[in-house]
Amino acid sequence: MGNDAGRQDRARAGSKRDGALQPAGGGEAEPVLVQDPELPPTAVDEADLAPRWTPAKVILWVAIALLGGLAWTMLALVRGETVNAIWFVFAAVCTYLIAYRFYSKLIERKLLRPDDRRATPAEYLANGKDFVPTDRRVLYGHHFAAIAGAGPLVGPVLAAQMGYLPGTIWIIIGVILAGAVQDYLVLFFSMRRGGRSLGQMARDELGVIGGTAAIIATLAIMVIIVAILALVVVNALGESPWGVFSVSMTIPIALFMGVYLRFIRPGKITEISIIGFVLLMFAIVAGGWVAETEWGAAAFTLDRTVIAVGIIVYGFVAAILPVWLLLAPRDYLSTFMKIGTIVMLAGAIVLVRPEITVPAFSEFAGGDAGPVVSGSLFPFLFVTIACGALSGFHALIASGTTPKLIEKERQTRFIGYGGMLMESFVAIMALVAALSIDRGIYFAMNSSAAATGGTVEGAVAFVNSLGLAGVNLTPDVLTQTAANVGEESIVSRTGGAPTLALGLAHIMQQLIGGTSLMSFWYHFAIMFEALFILTAVDAGTRVARFMLQDTFGNIIPKFRDPDWRVGAWICTAVMVAAWGAILIMGVTDPLGGINTLFPLFGIANQLLAAIALAVCMAIVAKRGNFRWLWIVAVPLAFTAVVTITASMFKIFSPVPAVGYWAQNAAFREALAAGEDSFGNAPTRAAMEAVVRNTTVQGVLSILFVTLAIIVIFFAILHTVRSFRSGGGPSSEDPALPSRRYAPSGLIATKAEKVLEREWSTVDADKRPARSGH
Amino acid sequence: MAGVRRGWAALRWFVTSLMGDTAYATYVDHQRRVNPDAAVPDERTFWRERFAEQDRTPGSRCC
Repeated sequence: MGNDAGRQDRARAGSKRDGALQPAGGGEAEPVLVQDPELPPTAVDEADLAPRWTPAKVILWVAIALLGGLAWTMLALVRGETVNAIWFVFAAVCTYLIAYRFYSKLIERKLLRPDDRRATPAEYLANGKDFVPTDRRVLYGHHFAAIAGAGPLVGPVLAAQMGYLPGTIWIIIGVILAGAVQDYLVLFFSMRRGGRSLGQMARDELGVIGGTAAIIATLAIMVIIVAILALVVVNALGESPWGVFSVSMTIPIALFMGVYLRFIRPGKITEISIIGFVLLMFAIVAGGWVAETEWGAAAFTLDRTVIAVGIIVYGFVAAILPVWLLLAPRDYLSTFMKIGTIVMLAGAIVLVRPEITVPAFSEFAGGDAGPVVSGSLFPFLFVTIACGALSGFHALIASGTTPKLIEKERQTRFIGYGGMLMESFVAIMALVAALSIDRGIYFAMNSSAAATGGTVEGAVAFVNSLGLAGVNLTPDVLTQTAANVGEESIVSRTGGAPTLALGLAHIMQQLIGGTSLMSFWYHFAIMFEALFILTAVDAGTRVARFMLQDTFGNIIPKFRDPDWRVGAWICTAVMVAAWGAILIMGVTDPLGGINTLFPLFGIANQLLAAIALAVCMAIVAKRGNFRWLWIVAVPLAFTAVVTITASMFKIFSPVPAVGYWAQNAAFREALAAGEDSFGNAPTRAAMEAVVRNTTVQGVLSILFVTLAIIVIFFAILHTVRSFRSGGGPSSEDPALPSRRYAPSGLIATKAEKVLEREWSTVDADKRPARSGH
Repeated sequence: MAGVRRGWAALRWFVTSLMGDTAYATYVDHQRRVNPDAAVPDERTFWRERFAEQDRTPGSRCC
């Protein structure tokens, strides 16, 4: 691949680094690592890594492939009246297994080439605190809990308007070729760089302009993501006294947990999490009692704007309070709920096996007039379902805490690629839950109040006017469902969370409790999503504040001082004001808010993914590995095309429902013509609000896409430059020999078990420390 | 019976490691090996410092 000049460059780049252990920057060079002769080998022998195909293994994989094939046939080709949800589970799990076993292994062997003889940052920077070699199974759970949130639960619900097949294909195929690849690569490259963040890697690999654009884009994206997640909570809690009461109760519960951990029994996290969980269940049940009383209904039935202001105030206070008091305990609770609920939902879907009556492709798959989120299937399906298939936000986690805890290099495949497969499975389950409810109810819940008028009669008239095959909604169905879940109304409960909650309640009540427990399950699901989102809002505000402090620090160095409270407060206020303004805009939007804003959330998240993949591509190119560059170039090209096209639609589309500026122009003209109402805006004030909102949304679209294009441009530039010289200087940390061993996957192979046994005979004082004693 | 006890111990180990109960023990173990002469803070102080560190360098949670 390379030429002579390039090789010299690489040799020079290599020799500049201290220590003879450093490999030359690019190309196939292997580091020379001298192992301690007194210790057993720190890696499984190369020859034992190649699997031997036994007849039993062949039969197993053929069976998995056949079952997966059958499931996909049932979903995609067989068109009966209904399709059973179990086929979604089989199609997903079999595809994941095959992708994990074959594709991620290909990436490991050909692209990344992890080397277990090399020490990981957790080993060579070990400090017993944030750099700790952690058991792979524990770290898998840890990483999963950090990447999974409300995103994979909400996106698939909204995309269900197009029918079940587009979403299912994108979630499953997208994750194996793009999402899991991104997570795996970022985790691996960050691990090789001592756990450096995505922003730092962008600066290292793409230079000052590309790196700065990546950091500004990350900051802007963080703001929009926090705002839209908060909007999902506001929509779920609006006019719902039960929801408002039980979600508010999470604050005193978390405070109690924080105080318990600080003053009563420090470190007893599992214990207090169980106590917190019990209190939380009680808060959900109590919410039902409170909502039934007159004073409870009066006190907790809140207007969406009031809830939005409440969340903004909360967001500011929570972000300046010490971590131990509110953020950390709620995060424990959220981890506990997350893993528990997901296991519960998976079990319920397998046991209940709901029949799905939604068509494979709905009436809205072909056009751009869907009432839930507007826009055509391409590109908007791919931005509506962001997390679950491909999520740029994960790159921030995979280049944050996780790489500092990896015990052995080869474990990155299980944790990075495998962790994302699990997140994708969560998205599939959310999709199944949303699909399992009646289509008429689905559209009544997810069409904006501007379309339904917010009334049962309005919703029935609107949904029946959509001309959906087999849907004949009656007012009784809507009032009965609302009564079953303990809500005043379920009309126009947009944002995805209430729909998912109804789907989950619908599935769970068939397993436990029947209709009488539906209201509990509904509010359980609302609580579970609100808990994630409030944690994400709080953590997102803190991270954004931190990045802003760093940016201001370039001009006024005092901002960099983490102990300067005033600086932290100023930066927190700026960040909260930024997302708060977008939140208020979404809540008061005459056109419905979530259906116009959600695409922006997806675009932002996917643009971040494009940035992460662009950085990965530049790194792969510097390693001189051009033959396998397509593994990262293909998903990068796809997500770049999708997000840039989606942004262009949002900026240039002449259809007002799709294009922000087209909407803006239409309302401005109506205002200029002196009209008193236009489209869904009943007053001049509402029309002015539309003009204002579309301006902000349009400007944000332009900002995101410009920044992403800059980053991708620099990544391509550096890739081409590396190609010309056959590689480039490496920014990896120097290779150091490892002094420990652990298997790489969930289940240890035979050769791994042999080696593990050998290590267990090593004297205790020579054996390395690890977490979890 | 032994199987049940082993299963319980494994579950307990997994959950406490995942939630972070073992962080202090891990730190003490690390210090004993690497800096045997250094004073080890008590558990309460350890957690205070750990949370103070998280205040200074916030980590992200996903959407």
